[in-house]
Amino acid sequence: MTEELVVTLSALETRFPDVVKKDERKGYEGFLVDTKNLVEVATVIRDELGYDYLSSVTGVDYLEEELLEVVYHFYRSTGGKSLVLSVQVPRKKAVVPSLYDLFISADFQEREAWDLYGIKFEGHPDLRRILMWEGFEGFPMRKDYQEAFFVEDQKPFANRWPEGKVFRSEDENQFGKNVQYPKGFDKPKKWDPEEEDLLYAGLQELGKKDSGDLATDHVVVNMGPQHPSTHGVFRMAVVLDGERIVALKPVMGYLHRNHEKIGERNTYLHNIPFTDRLDYLSSMVNNHGYVLAVEKLLGKKGAVPERAEYIRVIMSELTRVSNHLWAIGFLLNDLGAFFTPSLYAIEERELILDIFEATTGARMMNNYFRFGGVARDFPPGVLEKLNSIVFERLPRKVDELDVYLTDNEVVASRTKGVGVLSPEEAIAHGVGGPVLRASGVPYDVRRADPYSIYDRFDFDVAVRYHGDCYDRYIIRIDEIRQSLRILQQALKDIPEGPVLLKNPYNIRVPEGESYGRVEAPKGELGFYIVSDGTANPYRYHVRAPSFVNLTALEKMCVGQLVADAVVVLGSIDIVLGEVDR
Amino acid sequence: MTDEKTIEVPDEMRAQVALTNMADLVKGNLLDKPYNWGRRNSIWPMMFGLACCAIEMIATAASRYDMARFGMEVMRPSPRQSDMLIVSGTVTKKMVPQIVRLYNQMPEPKYVVAMGACASGGGPFKEGYNVVAGIDKYIPVDVYISGCPPTPQALLNGFMKLQEKIDSQSINRERWYDKEDPIEALPVPVLGPDIMDPRDYAMITKQAKA
Ligand code: SF4
Repeated sequence: MTEELVVTLSALETRFPDVVKKDERKGYEGFLVDTKNLVEVATVIRDELGYDYLSSVTGVDYLEEELLEVVYHFYRSTGGKSLVLSVQVPRKKAVVPSLYDLFISADFQEREAWDLYGIKFEGHPDLRRILMWEGFEGFPMRKDYQEAFFVEDQKPFANRWPEGKVFRSEDENQFGKNVQYPKGFDKPKKWDPEEEDLLYAGLQELGKKDSGDLATDHVVVNMGPQHPSTHGVFRMAVVLDGERIVALKPVMGYLHRNHEKIGERNTYLHNIPFTDRLDYLSSMVNNHGYVLAVEKLLGKKGAVPERAEYIRVIMSELTRVSNHLWAIGFLLNDLGAFFTPSLYAIEERELILDIFEATTGARMMNNYFRFGGVARDFPPGVLEKLNSIVFERLPRKVDELDVYLTDNEVVASRTKGVGVLSPEEAIAHGVGGPVLRASGVPYDVRRADPYSIYDRFDFDVAVRYHGDCYDRYIIRIDEIRQSLRILQQALKDIPEGPVLLKNPYNIRVPEGESYGRVEAPKGELGFYIVSDGTANPYRYHVRAPSFVNLTALEKMCVGQLVADAVVVLGSIDIVLGEVDR
Repeated sequence: MTDEKTIEVPDEMRAQVALTNMADLVKGNLLDKPYNWGRRNSIWPMMFGLACCAIEMIATAASRYDMARFGMEVMRPSPRQSDMLIVSGTVTKKMVPQIVRLYNQMPEPKYVVAMGACASGGGPFKEGYNVVAGIDKYIPVDVYISGCPPTPQALLNGFMKLQEKIDSQSINRERWYDKEDPIEALPVPVLGPDIMDPRDYAMITKQAKA
């Protein structure tokens, strides 16, 4: 336990004798709290101990113990290690008090835990399903839930390996597709879908307002899931008074691909290519977060050689550059400068993808990091190319973007003062990455809780103070410049040596829990892993930055014009693969 | 087949001009060539991305790979103006009603390209409880492109395959313009306890009794 945590523990223990207990399970690092004291303890943690940033809330199903657990990860917005709280409730009566009133960042995450685990959060104002639809049968992340194409609890499936019997799941299912219905369900024609009704009911409540002497009505407009400005299959249900937004609800789940359920069936190594497909614009960083979480559990066995650490940093920063370029290009798209700025951005991104392709074999889905290193070294010629891009071309191109866009009249008038988020609100909503830093909070995981070898590099945490869309745009330019600084240092210092020490195919992960987090281009990306000592993770949870950042969308949009909602969304920079997982 | 009695063709033009009428043209498949040539070189895709594959689709539309060489650069956000639906990514149960609806709203002749492993058969996420194992369970597909994601080159190759298909079509055989017996819209699936395809209702009721 770190020194900081020891202090916290003694503070908590003096305040709450017998209420807060150290989690004694092997390999666990948090504290256990009773449900009835949860709100009280959380208030003290926030107000007296300074843990004001609730990063992650997630459920775990301990089937054998008949328990459902909710795990909270708190941080200080000034930096430092995490404080982990867990509450346990019986599976049959899973009710936990909601932390919504203390930390708005719990909003979507609690809804997700309700949706997937059936944990009821008392006091949550809008506890609906979030990723699946209302009316869906079952709580799919529970350990006893079986999908329509269920084969076995864990991979590798006995019938596929070593026997090698290949079959199509469709042939085993009586409908010939991936569906199953509850026993005795025989009235499909009479089915009454309630999803939309519940959504609109929530909206009308929010949208009720006096409109002065002239009687006017509010209009509900649905943007998405097929809409060119929503960056994928995202939907916003907006209530309008004229052109002003009075209420907005994000609707998601249209790309919910059951990442976590599949991840818990997979072996540890299997999951690396799946993480590529979370935030598919920054695959390398996703890899990094995941391997960090597993390496934490592995301890000494997961030691990474020097050269591999440098390669990891280089790849992560290149990813950040390409992601921000893309984000800026498509923000301009949303502003109406259709595709031309994007073409400039994509041109540079292609150069970076070439490096990825030469090194990893794939343009986007790199599957490159391994536990204890990276899969292979740079092939000959790539480092030279990298040098020319990083030292010459990219700095020039960033300046070019800067010149074209930053002082552009249209960009300024459409983004300045639009979608403002104050620093206090930003922290309460749990937003991360550029969105948080554009609101004036200099919080960057690379500095606040350094991982890998980031403490060796000289770089500034980019901060801007207005919290509007303009700052969220310009901070990305700043960050590209800082990333280039890191890249230049890393390329100068990179040592020779091996990049992978052990064969990664056969690892045993010791029991325990771990939370690995990295500064992804979109914010704090965390992986929560519970290992029970077998070849598969018992719990595998992704704390996705885009998902949590969306919590603040409504706050930023209310009071703005409907056309600005598009810009605000573009300035948050979401990727649906990560929002819905 | 010329109709020389009513239309005078000057002597010097005889080598260049042939007169015919619509009925004969259609019957003799003579219209297909120019008609298909026009269509194959101006397929407008719908601006519609689902998942990771959509990023490669955008990269294909950008300057390096440049879909404009195929006359496909005009991406339409509205299904009513598009000829081709590129299903570029994982199709989930929550999304499939919308996709079927979009498909129904497209005017004939329309084409569907299943881009990538997910759209073709579920891909890496096939076993998921919210994943549709291939869009062809719900709408007809013309071209399947393998890859996860398919590279831009693979996508372009898929487009070329679609062009070949268009070349081989004939107004006489296809049912696009059949006034007597118009093509029915596809039934839109409903989100029930699981996704419910109206075509399966009988089977669902039957399994409940079993
Ligand atoms: S085929 Fe691969 S790249 Fe394409 S959507 Fe599916 S997972 Fe993503």
